[in-house]
Formats: sequence, C-alpha cells, structure tokens
Amino acid sequence: MDLKLLEKLTQTFGPSGYEGEIRAAIREEVASLGDELYVDRLGSLVVHRRSAAPQAKKLLLAAHMDEIGLMVTHIEEKGFLRFTNIGGLYPLHHIGGRVRFANGLIGTIYVERREDRSQAPQLKHLYIDVGAKSREDCPVAVGDPGVFVGSLVQQNGRLISKTMDDRIGCYVLIEMLRQIQAPAYDLYVVFSTQEEVTLAGARTSTYRIAPDIAISVDVTLTGDTPKALPMAVELGKGPAVKVKDSGMIAHPTVRQMLIDAAQQADVPYQLEVLQGGTTDAMAMQLVREGIPSGCLSIPSRFVHSPSEMVDEADVENAIKLLVATVETN
Amino acid sequence: MENLVHTLEVLSNAFGPSGSEMEVRQLVRERTEAHAQQAYVDALGNLLLTKRGTKRDLHVMVSAHMDEVGLMVVGYTQGNLRVATIGGIDPSILPGLHVLVGRKKHPGVIGVQAIHRTSHKSREQSPDIEDLAVDIGAQSEEEARKLAPLGTPIIFATRFHAVERMCSGKAFDNRAGCTVLTELLQGDPFPCDVTGAFTVQEEVGLRGAGVAAYAISPDLAIVLEGTVADDLPKKESDVSPTTELGKGPAITVKDRSYVTYPPLLRHVIRTAQEMHIPYQIKQPGVSGTESGAIHRVGVGIPSITISVPCRYIHSPVSLLKLDDLENTIRLIQAVLSTLPSDILKIK
Repeated sequence: MDLKLLEKLTQTFGPSGYEGEIRAAIREEVASLGDELYVDRLGSLVVHRRSAAPQAKKLLLAAHMDEIGLMVTHIEEKGFLRFTNIGGLYPLHHIGGRVRFANGLIGTIYVERREDRSQAPQLKHLYIDVGAKSREDCPVAVGDPGVFVGSLVQQNGRLISKTMDDRIGCYVLIEMLRQIQAPAYDLYVVFSTQEEVTLAGARTSTYRIAPDIAISVDVTLTGDTPKALPMAVELGKGPAVKVKDSGMIAHPTVRQMLIDAAQQADVPYQLEVLQGGTTDAMAMQLVREGIPSGCLSIPSRFVHSPSEMVDEADVENAIKLLVATVETN
Repeated sequence: MENLVHTLEVLSNAFGPSGSEMEVRQLVRERTEAHAQQAYVDALGNLLLTKRGTKRDLHVMVSAHMDEVGLMVVGYTQGNLRVATIGGIDPSILPGLHVLVGRKKHPGVIGVQAIHRTSHKSREQSPDIEDLAVDIGAQSEEEARKLAPLGTPIIFATRFHAVERMCSGKAFDNRAGCTVLTELLQGDPFPCDVTGAFTVQEEVGLRGAGVAAYAISPDLAIVLEGTVADDLPKKESDVSPTTELGKGPAITVKDRSYVTYPPLLRHVIRTAQEMHIPYQIKQPGVSGTESGAIHRVGVGIPSITISVPCRYIHSPVSLLKLDDLENTIRLIQAVLSTLPSDILKIK
C-alpha cells in the first residue's frame, strides 16, 4: 500500500461541487500517467491513455473524487451553526464528530437536548460549534461547505478513514494507471465530481467521451457486521462485481468482463447486490444511445460515517483485477 | 417601452398551468421576438429566443419557466368536477376559492359547505384533494363534461394588484422570472450571446428546461425564479428564512437539485457588491430548480439560480416587492455584461 498517497487522497478537502483541492491533489499524481489530461466542464479530471491496438474500444473507468459533507444554512445569535446535507447524511453518525471548512476551521457537531429521545435525531436537531461567541464573531458564512474529520489508520490489515467513499476508488485507479503496461482499450480514467448529489460529473464526462463501455469504481456496503442488513458481501473476500443496485442493473457483458479479469488475475471476487445506494454507473449507462455499464466495488463498512473501513487485500486485488481488465481484450 | 409592473400584471393574470402554457408563451413572444435574431418554439413548447452578443465569447442560456401550479379535471360527481393538482398545492388552502376552468376561463368555485351545515370536528380537519369539487354551475354530469372535459386545466382566478411598491397576484412563481427575462431580452445586446428560454412544465418535474438546454447547448445557464419568502414572524425566532422580501435577488449556492458552479457564484456575488445591488443567499438545501435539470445536460452546463423573493407561492395569491424585481433585473444585466471570458477555465 502507498499509505502516503491514500492519506493525501482521504484527507484532502472536496465536498460535492467544491472539488478544486482534491482535483489538484489527484492531478499531481496522474500528470505523467496519461497521453492526455483535461478538466471537464463540471470539473471532472480525465486521464486519457491510448492503446497501441488498432481500433481499440473506448473504455471509461470512473471513481468520484467528491465527498459527502455539509453546508451552513444559518448562524444563530450565539454563534452556533445550522446546516444542510451535501449527499446522504445520517445524523447519528456525526454527533460528537468534527467538521472542517475550506479555510481549515474546525467545528464540533452536537445535538440539541430532545424531549422525546425514542426517535433518532434529525439533521435539524444538530448544530456546529466553531467556538464563536456570537453571530457577528462567527468566522463561517451561510453557504460555506464543510467535510467531516477522520484520520487514516492502518491496522490488522484494514484501513480506516473518512472519505474512503470514494477516495479508495481514486486510489485504485491511480495505482492501476501506474501499473498498466499496454492497455488493450482506448482508456479514459475519470475522477468525477458531484457523485454524491446528482451524478452530474460522470454523466457529462461520459457524454463527451462517448465510450463503448463504462465502469465505475466505488465502495459498496457489507453484510458482515452485527445485525447488518443481509448482504452477501464481506470485507476481505475480494472486490465485488456489481450485479445490481438501487439505480442500475449491471450490463451482463461488463459483469462477465470483470469476472473473467478476476479469474485471469487470480484474485478472489464477490458478486454484489446492493439494496440501497448507487454509483456513477447509474448515470453513465443512460448517456447518449446507452452505454453498457458496470461497477467494481470495494467492500466498505460504515459507509458515509467519518470512519469508513476497507480491507487492504480487497484494495490490492481490485487494482490487479482492473489492470487485467484493461490489458485484456 | 412597457412598464415593468404592467408586464408582471399581464403575465400574472395569464392562464398557464403546466402543459398549457400557450397564452403565456404568446404574451412573452409578442414582447420579445423583435429583440431577438432567432426565435422558435420547440417540440415540448419551450420558447427559445437568441439575442446575438457584441463579443460572442460565451453563450449563456437564461431560463424562466412559464407554467404555474393548478388543478386538472379528473372526474365528475353529478355536475361537479373532481380534480387533481398540477404541481405542488396544499389542498387545505383550496376550499372556497374562485377558479377559472379551461383556456376559455369558465368561472368556478371550489365548493364548501356553509358553516351552518358543518360540525366543529369537521372544521378542524384539512381536506384531501379527493374531498374537494369544483362547482361550475352545471346541472348534470353531461353538462359538466361538455363545459370541462376530462383533463381540462384549472387556475386560480386571482387578479393582479399593485399598490406603491408592493404587488400581489397569482403565479409570481414564475411570472416574476418571466418578467425579468422579458425585460432582459428587450434591452441592448450583451457582450455574450444570450438565449432566453421560456420553458414549460417546471412544476411537474423540470421537464422543459432539460431539452431546451440540450437544444441550446450553452456554455453557462442562469435560471430565473420566483422563490419562497417565508420571512414572517415564527415561534422559533432564531431560524433563517429561505429568503426575505426587500433584501434583493436571492442567489442559490446549493439546493436539492444541484450545486452552483463556484466561479459563477463568485462572479454573481462580486458583481452585486461592485454595483451596490442588494442580494441575499437563499437558504441552502431548500427546493429544486431548473438548474438541476440543466447542469447535467450534454458535456455539462455550469448553472446558477437567481430568484425574486415572493411570499405565499403555490397559493392563490403571492406578494412581491418591486425593488426586488428591479434589482434582479439590474443584477442579471450586470452579470451578463461583465462575464469574464475565462469563467469556464478551471485548473
């Protein structure tokens, strides 16, 4: 594992719509890994790697670089902040946690005293304390975006951090770009924007590229934690080849292509049926006349919390699987 | 040139629930066509007017949806009309209202029992839309079907009023935006090319704007709206209203449907500050607008929504302040006149 790279990726600021910093960080890493590099209209970073093979098909691989976060909606007289969600937030995951704003300012997230504690708190019950003593004194403004705080930890073969969703996908694609020798496809690697809100980055980049095949690389949930929703995906059993999620059914050809690559690279894989959630592939499959699309998932626990956990071997195997995918026709 | 208040009055009074925007389209077309180099109505009914720029470095789509919320005839109870809503309407505001049925504007009343005939208990409950019926004076189902066939659209019968700087009327969401766009198109050319899009069917799912954006394929989009002003006294005092009347155009940073392109957001705010135009940030995360449909079209279209604050939208009568309408026009004019050529360049 290149822990330094993963640290940089997971800790860099980039809530949906505000991907400037993370784009710059990824750009540094991929600058020499493609034949062409450009930034799309909505901010997605695209690395184009040509194939020597004549009439190679266009393959698009996408990992989103935006992360969930929050946006300030109101500053109270005493300087407390109220906020709305950027992407899917579960209020319980963030009570007692911290938020970081673009200027580096840190705030504590906490919850009002509630009369009825039998119900889970809603976002409107939560507030942020940045240490301000009044509205006038508050160094944050309405409309400012923030992200959650959670450092990177490597332990027992697992990796824990904020924003594994989907910087682990970005990591996998950067490592893949480093390792591939001779792509059998005309390869476009897209680090997409706004996945957590509207899937608009991948959708529009796909429109411009018009690929023959599109694959997203993202995290998926697991069924291996106490009283988890039954799901046949576990940490450490290999990357997951998506069959279906709540936004798409993977194209059978693409699904098989990933399975064949797993077998060729001799890495374990799991099949994934995800009941809640989707990825960039949902938008990509419906672009233009329709694009056969699929998804390779990194199993992750505690998704959309500040402590998302993945398995190191799953990450390494996902890289091997994708290298085999790209190098084999 | 036509007075701004008069334009708002004519558009506010016009008939145009989603899917039946013909009257509004005709009214804005006759006011703007002569000022555009190209004008056409697309397959869904959007009116697209292109005003060529002096510099032509960028092409900006400026949209305002023409449609309003309303009702539609879905059945009959003897001579009365059963209705469904078109767009978001709270049925509890409907009983007793005067409405206009169909494009011929046949008068109708949403029937209520006289107070003599209701119990205390029934008066405490909000009606569902299924409990309500529109009375058009028909004696039989046959007569009702003749006057208002199934599918006939219905609007609130509210007439526009202006007193000093306050205007009241129906459908300020979004005839306020249509008024702003009409005024912009009537003015001098901008440096950039501008295509005004008077769109259809926003209230039922942002349907017109997406296809209009596909056809226009602009570099940027500005969406004009009449949006929620809920600045009335509340029990919990320490909460921000969505927007406030009189505080200037409301700029969207993020709503349920999209996140504003930061360089465009910065340009709009900087312009307002430099021109000393009052502005407010619309409370983030509230509602969805056409930017949600437009930004994801084609190779991507950086978008921003800028709204005239209006109280009581999606009801029979809304209220706006002329200062806000005028300041919205000034702001958009200034924004379009000073758009940096390199606004699309991002590192």
